[in-house]
Amino acid sequence: MARRETPEINAGSMADIAFLLLIFFLVTTTMDVDSGISKKLSEKPPKDYVPPVIKEKNIFEVNINRNNELLVEGESMNLGELTAAAMKFIDNGGGEGKIVDGVSTGPCDYCKGDRSISSSDHPNKAIISVQSDRLTEYGMYIKVQNELLRAYTELRNKLALEKYNVSYEVLEKDFKNDNKNEVLKKKYEDIKSSYPQIVSDAEPTSAN
Amino acid sequence: MSKFGKKKKEMPAVNTASLPDIVFMLLFFFMVTTTMRETELQIENPSLPNATEVKKLEHKSLVSTIYVGKAKNKKFGTGDKIQLNDKIANAEDIPAFIYNERAPKTEEEIKYMTTSIKADVGSSVGTITDIKLQLRDVNALKLSLSSRKIAQIKQ
Repeated sequence: MARRETPEINAGSMADIAFLLLIFFLVTTTMDVDSGISKKLSEKPPKDYVPPVIKEKNIFEVNINRNNELLVEGESMNLGELTAAAMKFIDNGGGEGKIVDGVSTGPCDYCKGDRSISSSDHPNKAIISVQSDRLTEYGMYIKVQNELLRAYTELRNKLALEKYNVSYEVLEKDFKNDNKNEVLKKKYEDIKSSYPQIVSDAEPTSAN
Repeated sequence: MSKFGKKKKEMPAVNTASLPDIVFMLLFFFMVTTTMRETELQIENPSLPNATEVKKLEHKSLVSTIYVGKAKNKKFGTGDKIQLNDKIANAEDIPAFIYNERAPKTEEEIKYMTTSIKADVGSSVGTITDIKLQLRDVNALKLSLSSRKIAQIKQ
């Protein structure tokens, strides 16, 4: 007859339990998004492969020695000046472009460089070669790669602003968000191929 | 009796009934965003280099990670060590590691597989080159040199 009331459960310690779990997840959480400098390795050359002859003037040589010092085109340089030097080399446009599918791309009509005959012919021929020592610090190597990529980004930005009134970085982001858009795609590919990234890693000098 | 007679006025207790709700909300947020580290690091947590021109790694399932740094355990000796999965390995083990990563993937996916190298700033380029040569041998050409994105590099 006597209807017994079920006693209420004390929820006072609920907060403590939740806090405990919260702290556990707080500690184990890693929020960083994986990001990095992307590189494409060259394919393994066949055994009897003869490398094509490339004119000296089309190669921009960057050396990093084991003391993390830079030697660019035979002269020592600070890291801060590297981007400007690389931009000057890529954007020189002193001659005819590469022959693509039997059609010459002709001289570079968008280059703003000095058009000096002793520097690169065309952005699509301009090769940046990075040679480092085996004992070079990885941090320095990344810094150099970063500065070189920045040279390309700045040139692309300039060209994109001039041609389409929008910077390359914005263009790239827009295209990523809307990759079905043919107009955007054309613009993006156009800018990208105008200044192709040609950064090659030479075999490192070994330390004896 | 008078209105001002009693000075003793107790502070009302703050109602904490909604505290569990707030905490639970936070808890769920962190539970959802947490990704557990799958492999235990055998090397010291690499301090990644800073860079401005970084790209985000997409398709996490198609990324295989190689760690480079100093070994935690002194028995491996000093110098740069390479960690594949959860053990210290040599550069020569990389092809096997890549084949292993490729095995469950379809032909179509293999094209998009990327290798991410998480190396400490203090490691030497020689080790990275060894890795690159091994990767080139097995045609794993897409590479990402893991670095932290910053707005500008201090000169």
